[in-house]
Order: sequence, then C-alpha cells, then structure tokens
Amino acid sequence: MFDFLGRYDVLGAFWTTVQLTLLSAVGSLVWGTLLAGMRVGPVPLMRGFGTAYVNIVRNIPLTVIILFSSLGLSQTLGITLGAHDFKVQGFRLAVLGLILYTSAFVCEAIRSGINTVPVGQAEAARAIGLSFTQVLGLIVLPQAFRAAIGPLTNVLIALTKNTTVAAAIGVAEAAFLMKEMIENEAQLLVISAVIAFGFVCLTLPTGLILGWVGKKMAVKR
Amino acid sequence: MTNVSVAKEDVVTSDELVVLRSVNKHFGALHVLQDIDLTIDRGEVVVVIGPSGSGKSTLCRTINRLETIDSGTITIDGKPLPHEGRELARLRADVGMVFQSFNLFAHKTVLENVMLGQVKVRKADKKQAEEKARALLDRVGVGTQADKYPAQLSGGQQQRVAIARALAMDPKVMLFDEPTSALDPEMINEVLEVMQQLAREGMTMIVVTHEMGFARSAANRVVFMADGRIVEQATPDQFFSNPRSDRAKDFLSKILHH
Repeated sequence: MFDFLGRYDVLGAFWTTVQLTLLSAVGSLVWGTLLAGMRVGPVPLMRGFGTAYVNIVRNIPLTVIILFSSLGLSQTLGITLGAHDFKVQGFRLAVLGLILYTSAFVCEAIRSGINTVPVGQAEAARAIGLSFTQVLGLIVLPQAFRAAIGPLTNVLIALTKNTTVAAAIGVAEAAFLMKEMIENEAQLLVISAVIAFGFVCLTLPTGLILGWVGKKMAVKR
Repeated sequence: MTNVSVAKEDVVTSDELVVLRSVNKHFGALHVLQDIDLTIDRGEVVVVIGPSGSGKSTLCRTINRLETIDSGTITIDGKPLPHEGRELARLRADVGMVFQSFNLFAHKTVLENVMLGQVKVRKADKKQAEEKARALLDRVGVGTQADKYPAQLSGGQQQRVAIARALAMDPKVMLFDEPTSALDPEMINEVLEVMQQLAREGMTMIVVTHEMGFARSAANRVVFMADGRIVEQATPDQFFSNPRSDRAKDFLSKILHH
C-alpha cells in the first residue's frame, strides 16, 4: 500500500519544508522584534510605521503575499534575490514572503510579552541611566521573550504549516509533492495521511519542547 | 554679565544640589503639582510627608524626569534637567532612585542587579564592578543572597538590594519613593536602618514616606504637602511639636493619636 512512496522523494520534500520554516522563523523573529521595538518606541514616525505594517500585512492572505513575491517582485520588478535558476529564486522569494507575513504575528506576540513586563522594570532601568535601547535590550525584551514563548510557539507552528502556500509558486516542498502524488496515484487517503503525519512530526515536538522551555524560562515575580 | 557675578552665582549654587522653581504639573484635569519651589542642599536629608494624593510621589519622580513637568524648572547640581536622550540618561545615573515596589530586575540575580549599571552605564571593569557590588550588598546586609533571584528574597531584602543598586552608581542624591510602604511591618526597620546609616554618612536624600519615626530621627527638614502644594517646611522638631498650618495640624492629629 505504501509501495508507491518509494518513487517519490518524500523526505527531500519535507527537508525543503523544514528549510523554509527555519529560515523564515529566524528572519521573522528578527524583523518582528524590530517591529515590536518600533511599536513601543518613543518615535511617533516609527510607531506609526510599525502599527501600519502589522495591520496591513496580517490582514492580507498569505497566498496573495507569496504570489506577489513571485510575480510582482521577480517578474514585474525584476527582483530575484541573486538567484540564477528558477527553483532557487522561488525558494528565496517564498522565504521573503513568509518573513514579511509572519513577522507581523511575531511582532504582536512579542508586544504581548512586553505588556507582561511591569512598568517599574523599565523605570528602574531608566533610573540607573540606561538608554532607551539598553532598557529595551537588557531589561524589557529578555523578560518579554520569556513571556512570549507560548504565543511565539503558536506562530512557529502556524508558520510550519503556512510554508505549504509556497507550493503555489512552485517550491517543491511537502504540499507540492502531495499534489503531484495525488495526480499520479490513486491513493488519496494514504497520501493525505502521510503528509499530515509528516507535519505532525514537525509541529508536535516543537509545541512540546517550547512549552517546556517556556515553563523553565518563566520569570518569577 | 561680568565674570565676577558669574563667580558669585557659582558660590551661591554650589551648596544647592536640587532646585525646583515654580514647578507645575497636571494629570488631565488634576493639578497635581502647583507652583512647587523647593531647594535641597548638599548633604541634606529632606522628608516629604502628606496625605495620599497630595503629589509627593509625583514630586519625587519629577526630579529624575520619570514624570515630565508642564512648567517651571528643575536643576540638579546647577544643570537643568535635559530632555529625553543621552544627556538625561547621564544625569539619571547620578540620581539614585528607590521605588515603593523595589523594581529589581526580575530576570537577573541580586549581584547582576547591582553590577548592571556600573558595567553598562559607568563602563566599569566587570571584576571591579563585582567587588563593589559585593561590598555594597554586605553593607546593606544581604551579602549572602548575592546569587539568588529577586523573587527568592523577602520584601525587606529586596528593598535593601534596590538601595545597593542605586548606591553602586555613586549618586549625588538619592530619591526614596515610599520605600517601606509595600513592606510587612517587621521588615520596615531593616530598611529604615540602612537609610539612617546613609543619612549619617552625609548622603543627600529626598524621602517620601509615611514613617514619622524616620522623619523625626533622620531628617534635617520636613516638607509637608497637601493638594499639590507645599504647605509647610520646618525642622522635624518644629513640625511635629508645633505645626503652623491647619492642614498639617489636621494631618498630624489623624496619624499620631493611634
């Protein structure tokens, strides 16, 4: 019943999924943190930009963003992210689209974490003469991240599954392979089950491990 | 202006460390500070007392600009308070602050709490910072707790760490914003003792408190505030035995006869 799987590179497809997830996760963590910094910062222009970014980007369907990355950026504007062949270009543009989209959610998760840090922590930090960036980097964000591990785990799990949208621009990840297999084989249930199982294998440990880390790292008050 | 007059001014201001001139502040419709004039000399211990909502905490917080003011001027050691930015950060490093709710950095150990400002603001060497931190923690009597996290300490211990953290910056003046109000009764004295020791050593201190015993024993001057105004200033003896204003008499009659 599983014989046909031998003809397809299932592991390779999931490896692409993992790569999409990890690169996008790192990128959106960085960009999302910067956005959160802007949203809580004292500069009105940056606050406005952060707020506008989050509210626009999180309300656009990911498919639209990914398709725009591919068609709009590469074909219309000629941005190819230094890729020479179509496959690499599609992968990089998919990562870019996922980062742009996911960072809006990362920003909000971190901002909710920041809200758990009592005002007094930042006041005490300012009172000993730390600058705004030091207050944020040394006192507020380290505590905010620990409180945000739970919400960030949700974002990471959603991101893992959202990488399937990259299939829309031809990135050969798990969902792309699934479509291919469904077209070629008469094994719809098995194929769906295999792909679903693959994703659970990725996301279930993520949730369990980060749940444990979050508990371990929690700031005691 | 001639050089002579500038020199004269310098002589006059050299003893004045913190000067507030017609300071006003509103919280919305509430006029929380009304034309506050207050001068604190070097080495002076000033205790600010008054009923809740009289603006004493706000007054304390305006001195290192944790609260901004609407009008008037505040100068520290002859320099007006700068706007938010590097200058202000530098000035805050010279003004120690102790909060009602301690506000120790919850994700750092006691030792790290006392080292952080030295290393990140004063750019001190880590080893020297640690030595100084340990010495200060010993001085306030919590040297053995250095490697614990704030949440593992009692309130009184946390507040003494907070004092050590402020002292680590070698401040010119220390602000205490109701430092014992969040403490269990049996822990109040251990904090007051540390403060009294500081006062004896000549630290300039502005203390907002409800501890009348501390005001009597450690203060050079008592400032009584009500409804956003400074109603009365006097030595502790004068103030407690012979208050001049009706507002102060009323306040004292309510707190001293229980």
